[in-house]
Amino acid sequence: MNVLEVSDVSIKYNGHLAVDKINFNVKEGDLLGIVGPNGAGKTTLFKAIIGLQNHSGKIKLFGYDEADYQPLLPLIGYVSQKVSFEPNFPATVSEVVSMGLIPEKKLRKGAVLLKNCGYSWNLLYKKVGKDSDKVLECLKTAGLESLKDRRIGDLSGGELQRVFIAKALVKDPVLLILDEPVTGVDADAQNKFYTVLRKINTENKITIVWSSHDLEAISKLANRVACMNRKLFFHGEKEEFFSNKELLKTYAESAMQMHMHDHN
Amino acid sequence: MNLEILGYSFIQKGLIAGTAIAIICSLMGMFLVLRRYSLFGDALSHMAFGGISLGLFTGIYPLWTAFIVSVLGALGITKLRKSTKISGDAAIAVLLVSGLGIGVLLISATGGFKVDLFSFLFGSILLISTEDMLLILGISSGIIATLVALRKQLLHLTFDEEQAQVSGINTDKLNYVFVVLASITVITSMRLVGILLISALIVLPNITAIMFGKGFKKTIALSVSMSVISVVSGIILSYYLDLAPSGTIVMISVAMLVGTLLFKYVNVLGKSHVIQKLTSEA
Repeated sequence: MNVLEVSDVSIKYNGHLAVDKINFNVKEGDLLGIVGPNGAGKTTLFKAIIGLQNHSGKIKLFGYDEADYQPLLPLIGYVSQKVSFEPNFPATVSEVVSMGLIPEKKLRKGAVLLKNCGYSWNLLYKKVGKDSDKVLECLKTAGLESLKDRRIGDLSGGELQRVFIAKALVKDPVLLILDEPVTGVDADAQNKFYTVLRKINTENKITIVWSSHDLEAISKLANRVACMNRKLFFHGEKEEFFSNKELLKTYAESAMQMHMHDHN
Repeated sequence: MNLEILGYSFIQKGLIAGTAIAIICSLMGMFLVLRRYSLFGDALSHMAFGGISLGLFTGIYPLWTAFIVSVLGALGITKLRKSTKISGDAAIAVLLVSGLGIGVLLISATGGFKVDLFSFLFGSILLISTEDMLLILGISSGIIATLVALRKQLLHLTFDEEQAQVSGINTDKLNYVFVVLASITVITSMRLVGILLISALIVLPNITAIMFGKGFKKTIALSVSMSVISVVSGIILSYYLDLAPSGTIVMISVAMLVGTLLFKYVNVLGKSHVIQKLTSEA
């Protein structure tokens, strides 16, 4: 079953074409790695999928058109590249994760849509009784249970991103979208993050769309790859992408150009 | 110090109304401070000043005009911010000077400053009637009930507006509800410390409480406790020392903030001393 279908999507952002007629789909259980240099339009595309960005073309969730899939939007877990919050924000890790809990009544319509299209929603955390227990379970999945009472501002970048993953998990998302989640995080923290990512894809069976510059991590974790720089250059099986030397060379060159552009 | 003053009816009314105001200012203030809207209260109170002047000018009960002008101003500025990308601090400045401008204009047209206006500028908690007290209690209960009902959405909105929107919260609507609640809080609280000092009640207990490094629930509890202590002790102390209650309350809050800062400083100094000693012994 296709969880997500993106057809001919174009997005104008600040007067220029940030995304140009992109087509791809995401199947149930996929871990799709999206690669592309900075400014390739990945974040803009993600925002269109979660309903925060106007666009042309069609986006479908579980086969439903945009007009119909609105009740499913709260069921998408989204972790942005950088969450800017007040550094002294007085909230513990548990309190931040519990912000991800969504009241049952808000989920009812979405649950009906999922049932009607025959999707068996994997309710891992919702089955757990109390809200505080659900939060604890998610913290365990993200390897953060020992930090549950720490204040959010006292965490490192890698720990923070795992907190945001746990916050997205607590609602049992039907799709998890991660926008360059470990940019600027040290190698050790990145590896811990990747372990969590593998676990939630293989054990929790959550479909994931993940953008990253880390080709090595994508080659290890993803099963499918999409490569974009405003336009889509490739979409298919991981093995096909990594065996295509010409494509890898083009990607490396355009990434380098964007890198030089960013630093000039 | 004997506490016979607690037997006076005007002190009792002042303490009851003051406690209710201390609670709502601290609760609303937490969200305002964390959203970097610390001066929003000040801007709203200056709008209220314009509203009061309008009331005195037209002969309408000034608190009603203050309320209407503040709410309209706050909603207008929220809309302006959203549609023109005007920054938060600039929006607050626009609100503040507009309110003050209208106020000064209408006062000059009314014939200068009068006693009524001074009680709004500097507060007059010990002069309130039983009806005023009941009105303050009623409004405060409404604000507390609304904040309790919306606490999860408001916390999410305050922490990260984009994520709140993604999780299905109607952030536009919630932002409007938030500014209306903030306006009502400011208008209700003017009787305690006056227009000029309202920001103190909104900001001081919260930044002091945040310094203790606790989670959200504990920080809220700390802030409310400090706010109530400063208002109650401020009213009692001002009576014995024959000082203005508003100034006394604010200076007690400032003292709490300075005391907490000193305590943290000494604590850090003590810890670094111990570390230094341990490393030199090693």
